[in-house]
Amino acid sequence: MSSKEIISMISKPTLYDVEKIRSDFPILQTKVHGKPLVYLDNAATSQKPITVITKAQEYYSSMNSNIHRGVHALSQVATEAYEMARIKIKNFINSLGKNEIIFTSGTTESINLVAQTYCRANIKEGDEVIISEMEHHSNIVPWQMICDEKNAKLKIIPINDEGEIIFEEFERIITHRTKFISVVYVSNSLGTINPVKQIIKLAHQNNIPVLLDAAQAVNHIPIDVQELDCDFLAFSGHKIYGPTGIGVLYGKINLLDSMPPYQGGGDMISKVTFEKTTFNELPYKFEAGTPNIAGVIGLGEAIDYVTNIGIDNIALHEKFLLDYATEVIADIPGLKIIGTAKEKVSVLSFVLDDIHPHDIGTFLDFEGVAIRTGHHCTQPVMDRYGIPATSRASFAMYNTKDEIDILIKGLKKIIEVFG
Amino acid sequence: MDQELRELYQQVILDHNKSPRNYHEMEDRSQEAEGYNPLCGDILHVYLKVEDNIVKDVSFQGSGCAISKASASLMTSIIKGKTKEEAEIIFKDFHDLITGKLGENSDENNLGKLNVFAGVKEFPVRVKCASLAWHTMRSALNKEDKKVTTE
Repeated sequence: MSSKEIISMISKPTLYDVEKIRSDFPILQTKVHGKPLVYLDNAATSQKPITVITKAQEYYSSMNSNIHRGVHALSQVATEAYEMARIKIKNFINSLGKNEIIFTSGTTESINLVAQTYCRANIKEGDEVIISEMEHHSNIVPWQMICDEKNAKLKIIPINDEGEIIFEEFERIITHRTKFISVVYVSNSLGTINPVKQIIKLAHQNNIPVLLDAAQAVNHIPIDVQELDCDFLAFSGHKIYGPTGIGVLYGKINLLDSMPPYQGGGDMISKVTFEKTTFNELPYKFEAGTPNIAGVIGLGEAIDYVTNIGIDNIALHEKFLLDYATEVIADIPGLKIIGTAKEKVSVLSFVLDDIHPHDIGTFLDFEGVAIRTGHHCTQPVMDRYGIPATSRASFAMYNTKDEIDILIKGLKKIIEVFG
Repeated sequence: MDQELRELYQQVILDHNKSPRNYHEMEDRSQEAEGYNPLCGDILHVYLKVEDNIVKDVSFQGSGCAISKASASLMTSIIKGKTKEEAEIIFKDFHDLITGKLGENSDENNLGKLNVFAGVKEFPVRVKCASLAWHTMRSALNKEDKKVTTE
């Protein structure tokens, strides 16, 4: 056996003991309407392991102080913990250096940052920005705003009935006027994994930078920004088992260097006089004001938790859940899955006859089952399918086959009532 | 079914959801309005024919959950034949009912069949579903030239 074969054997994903993982998440012991919580709204936000909760608490109970400026002991401990989290994220997405990792409040702010700095500086009248039809509103509106401001044009890559990008259409709409492309790595309402490497390759052949909205990808797929060769990548902490209110923007160093600052304030400067201000070096140039220190440290802990379990192992477990759920849900009469791409993460959107998703959501709630109902902040996707809303079950590393059975049982009960 | 859930989804509501009354576009309408719930993306059209201060006819169209559809359907049957002022009073009482500000005893109010919506008050997120049709109707009644939204 060659060494390569041995390595591939060792690194092969394995099924883990899901009950052991569940015991790390205190909220999973909760009861809702007297029933055990079945949390299937992970695409909205994931639950937090005890290590993350404890870490954020530990910051406030034993480290609380402001970072980067203090000479006292607490400030140094907090600064170290904060910067250590940055290194963990750098390693997690395999960026070249920690100065390419900027902390934001979430994916939304990360995207707005790029729109308001890089694009405001580089997009001119008549230029074009490309996004896809399956974007979350947070990857539509910032581009509409900057395009309106600059009299630029926003172009849309259409999707097919399965919920996949039509690549030939992308090839068709890209022109010498296209100056920026921002696409979602994984769709939050359809679960589709987009062919982002191909998109980036074609964009780069035309010298166009690409931002990946990886909010729904980081918790499901191993991410290597060097291999992807994306120019920017945005994600949120709370979708990857970390705290809310914290997110990351990765950017290639040369691009970040060339960009004007986003917000002005403390920490983003090296020298201020009333005549002139010199901006701080990267990544601090983009981190004005006291950041969400507990959030950053908590996110670092979440990254550790995910890394210890192994993102490949998580993906394997989630694939098992998605395959099982897709199979059993198809047996429900009148149910139609929305989003049937070949490459999918564990997101299952569906419509059930003419029963409105909000009624489904309320009924399932009384079974202890939490799912998402509505347009999922992707109204153009709903328009594409000619529906006002869907019900969406999304599975995470701690969900079980039994929980899917409870979901299915709940759906059957609803049909009895509305039938 | 859980008692609280049964209170919300009463048979009358399920029935009106399945076969909504006055569910059509009105050709000879005198006024209309569009209501929108940004939370769920639901859109509702309400059509009125008002003559001599009286709602001679009322109909609706649109998409929505059982609560919103049944609410619109029952509203159309209640409002028909009422004066503008009477419709306003019913609107106010109905709103008080679903937000828990009105006594549950149906003898104490003039809402009649609309009392089936009393269960909504236990579900604050669904208040907007039940009230969308009413807000839209009122906008049509007052010929307000703007889209009604629940947000």
